[in-house]
Amino acid sequence: MARLARLGIEGEEADLLVPQITRILEYFTQLEEVDTSEIEPTFHVLPLANAWREDKPAPGLSPQEILALAPDREGDYFRVPRVLEEREAGE
Amino acid sequence: MNLLEETASGILRLLQAREVSSREVVEAFLERLEEAEPLVQAFLSVRAEEALREAEEADRKRARGERVGLLEGLPVAIKDNIAVRGLPTTCGSRILENFISPYDATAVEKLKAEGAIIMGKTNLDEFAMGSSCENSAFFPTRNPWDTSRVPGGSSGGSAAAVAAREIPLALGSDTGGSIRQPAALCGVTGLKPTYGRVSRYGLVAFASSLDQIGPLGRDAEDCALCLSVIAGRDPRDATSAPHEVPDYTAHLVPEIRGLRLGIPREYFSRGVETGVREAVEEALSILADLGAEVEECSLPHTPYGVAAYYLIAPAEASSNLARYDGVRYGYRAQAEDYLSLYLRTRGQGFGREVRRRIILGTYALSSGYYDQYYLKAQKVRTLIRRDFDQAFKRYDLLVTPTSPTVAFRLGEKVEDPLAMYLSDVCTIPPNLAGLPAISIPCGFSAGLPVGMQLIGPLFSEGLLLQVAYAFQQATDFHRRRPPLGGVSE
Repeated sequence: MARLARLGIEGEEADLLVPQITRILEYFTQLEEVDTSEIEPTFHVLPLANAWREDKPAPGLSPQEILALAPDREGDYFRVPRVLEEREAGE
Repeated sequence: MNLLEETASGILRLLQAREVSSREVVEAFLERLEEAEPLVQAFLSVRAEEALREAEEADRKRARGERVGLLEGLPVAIKDNIAVRGLPTTCGSRILENFISPYDATAVEKLKAEGAIIMGKTNLDEFAMGSSCENSAFFPTRNPWDTSRVPGGSSGGSAAAVAAREIPLALGSDTGGSIRQPAALCGVTGLKPTYGRVSRYGLVAFASSLDQIGPLGRDAEDCALCLSVIAGRDPRDATSAPHEVPDYTAHLVPEIRGLRLGIPREYFSRGVETGVREAVEEALSILADLGAEVEECSLPHTPYGVAAYYLIAPAEASSNLARYDGVRYGYRAQAEDYLSLYLRTRGQGFGREVRRRIILGTYALSSGYYDQYYLKAQKVRTLIRRDFDQAFKRYDLLVTPTSPTVAFRLGEKVEDPLAMYLSDVCTIPPNLAGLPAISIPCGFSAGLPVGMQLIGPLFSEGLLLQVAYAFQQATDFHRRRPPLGGVSE
């Protein structure tokens, strides 16, 4: 599950987390007592829908302000480790 | 005149009457901050010089007879998960330790537009996840009433700073009780507005269907003043409510005769300390003496609130916190390939509780468990809402304890996440239903403050503030001063 969430968890911490999370999940089982067969879920509490606004340009942050926050950059790009493997020559 | 004992509204009246200058006000609070901060540790950053400069500018505006804002020259503090341009916004996390916000949150923009002076950013549980301020990656804040105890959380820094007289007014955020519970534990007044009443633009997202910004102050009047400034529809937050913003200070009339108050018995169950129950019951008899009709009632699905919340909030958090990938901003771990970049950045950058909740939320949303956990919780949320709808047919407001206990000791609950989660048992249901609620000081138990929570229907902030004001006109719990060591008069 940690890997699915892209969280690197070391072995020692996993030993601590597993029983804690198991106990919390056990606590959640009390929800099974509640009959919700005829009940709709609530994803949002206010009856708002489609908050439209005019499609008008407004001032935003400049690329320089955004890039200044980057942990690693090259020119106007964010720098990241290689995502795709390089093909061997002659392949 | 002791400026530190004045409320924000009191200070503004003195400024208006030119009995004191903004510079004197800011100096007094900076001096106090220097003295109390080593004990309380409420602030993550302070901008002393800029604040003094802005105070002088406010004084000049007044001297020249220019138009001044509602909060002109008043120092305020901002919880460090709310963006202030040019200041760090760390969220109490290593992953944002060096992040300087390039923009203002809408609530901050509105405070500034009315002349408020931002004094600094206050400590919190990392990403607002916690009930004690101990989950801050930097240091725990301490309760000014007893520095061996927690201030509550997650807005513990804002609550402690107001209680310690380091600042007259502060912003917090509340997802499951993060304004009200620390307000109760520190003996200050804290208001969680209706979901959507205040724009969330610039509030770092934790659980987007629950998060709401609100004020922490010394009394109901200060909360009314602050809410009047920060509330309102914002095109930059599509979930902000279009409802007109009243002048909440106009609701401050000490008159509650004939008001119907429901007392839901589920909020007084076994988990509530005797001292807390007694203080709230005593407060209820004061409200009855003021002419309110007090009657016991039932909200039967209350016991399921904590379980539903700790599925919904972590699920939303696991999605919101996916943005911290070490690429565009924030902490970045050394790594050779992109997968280890994510794993290491997030594994090292997030603290233990945040990691725990991301895992819980990922689990609740994962294929095969979605119906059993997340969807089930959202259906229980509907039942909790219906309980409130039913109750508000009979009652104007509901009254409960804010927290089942007074401030607990540092370290007492850190190893037991479930015990920590249960600190929010009284404050969670209003978030699930989107309702406004206020915590006001209502007594003491073993020398520690007890908070009373008033819960109202959607957009009933005016009535909540009116009842809180009436109670505070008849009592002086909110004026009591913590016996903080090392404090001069």
